Amino acid sequence: MNEQLARIVSYLKDYDGPEIRLMEVCGTHTAAIFKGAIRSLISPKIHLISGPGCPVCVTPAAFIDKCVEYAHMDGHVLYSFGDMLKVPGTAGSLSDHKGQGAHVEVVYSPFEVLEKAAAQPEVTHVVAAVGFETTAPIYGLMIREMQEKDIHNVRLVTAIKTILPALTWICDSQPEIDGFICPGHVCVIIGSDPFLPLAEKYKKPFVVAGFEPEHLLVTIYDLVCQIEAGEHNVGNHYKNAVHAAGNRKALDVLEEYYEPGAAVWRGLGSIPDSGLYISEKYQEYDGGSFGLDQDIELPPACRCADVITGRINPADCPMFASGSCTPTSPYGPCMVSAEGACGIWYRNR
Amino acid sequence: MCIAIPGKVVEVDGMRARVDYSGNQVTVNTGLVEPKVGQYVLVHAGCAIEVMEKDKAEELIELFADIEELGA
Repeated sequence: MNEQLARIVSYLKDYDGPEIRLMEVCGTHTAAIFKGAIRSLISPKIHLISGPGCPVCVTPAAFIDKCVEYAHMDGHVLYSFGDMLKVPGTAGSLSDHKGQGAHVEVVYSPFEVLEKAAAQPEVTHVVAAVGFETTAPIYGLMIREMQEKDIHNVRLVTAIKTILPALTWICDSQPEIDGFICPGHVCVIIGSDPFLPLAEKYKKPFVVAGFEPEHLLVTIYDLVCQIEAGEHNVGNHYKNAVHAAGNRKALDVLEEYYEPGAAVWRGLGSIPDSGLYISEKYQEYDGGSFGLDQDIELPPACRCADVITGRINPADCPMFASGSCTPTSPYGPCMVSAEGACGIWYRNR
Repeated sequence: MCIAIPGKVVEVDGMRARVDYSGNQVTVNTGLVEPKVGQYVLVHAGCAIEVMEKDKAEELIELFADIEELGA
């Protein structure tokens, strides 16, 4: 191990000051922390807590129900990313309905849908457009291309959320979080500058990390040092991909094709301006994304809401600990989704 | 959901590029970047979202230079 890294690890391992709670807001970070065995390298007094960074986990059931509705309509096909398939709606998941003959197809990239739309002009192709700022510009590029190629048989049902309002909510309701590991790929799009007002207002440090163990350890070290010194700066340890001002082209796409609006986050409730909706000018491509707010009642013992908001880690949920909620028979969405904290914790236990 | 993987650009053609991941090649949309052949791009859901300025070794050097400044 590189000497500097060794010194950092040594510092973090020997840390014996007040308990520090750091939130990471990205399912990919949750997984990277396990993959790099980061917790084994740092003091047990430094707590790494998962936050609401799984768009599938925070999406209410009404969105799934809308997608299911399209999948059953004649002359329609519903396209989804793989990890959405098993998320429960009010009356079953997309996977359940596919099994019953509904027209559901999995795509890796939304651009695949454009090819299918051109090849099958008599069918309406509907995309379950979920994601954060990382994915939102991609749907925007889709709309741009549809305009250029005169494609009119595609609709997007959107459940797109932006991370800053959720972080503000977390700062307001979870004052015990001392610092934040900012989501690496969201920050490729939005940059690190947007966190400056949050750092200033809540007097907490926000640092962007990449996904390698080195990025995470350096970031945790930065945060711990800042907290010890009473500092609250915004840092960036993913400079290879993240610029302070973000990706200008991507931000222009968001500006052009979307308008902010209130969105419901499972576990957090409705947060103003935390969702992105296709703007008025491009409404013909929208498949009815407004007001998809109704959610299923989570089973009484399910603590997904507390996991999403970082009040507990998955291992503290009684359903997880007792083995009642597992990836093959999940209770709540955090276990269902590939990016959900519970699913990731379970696969790494 | 926000998984993105770096790959090497082997061909650029208008709004698309061929990107190589250790032998496996895919076509990606380049509407958000202006890549050159030989550069690495970060790809998410079939779209290049950023050009990676440095290779991995250089990136780590920079990362640790940052930490020097923090006083490690």
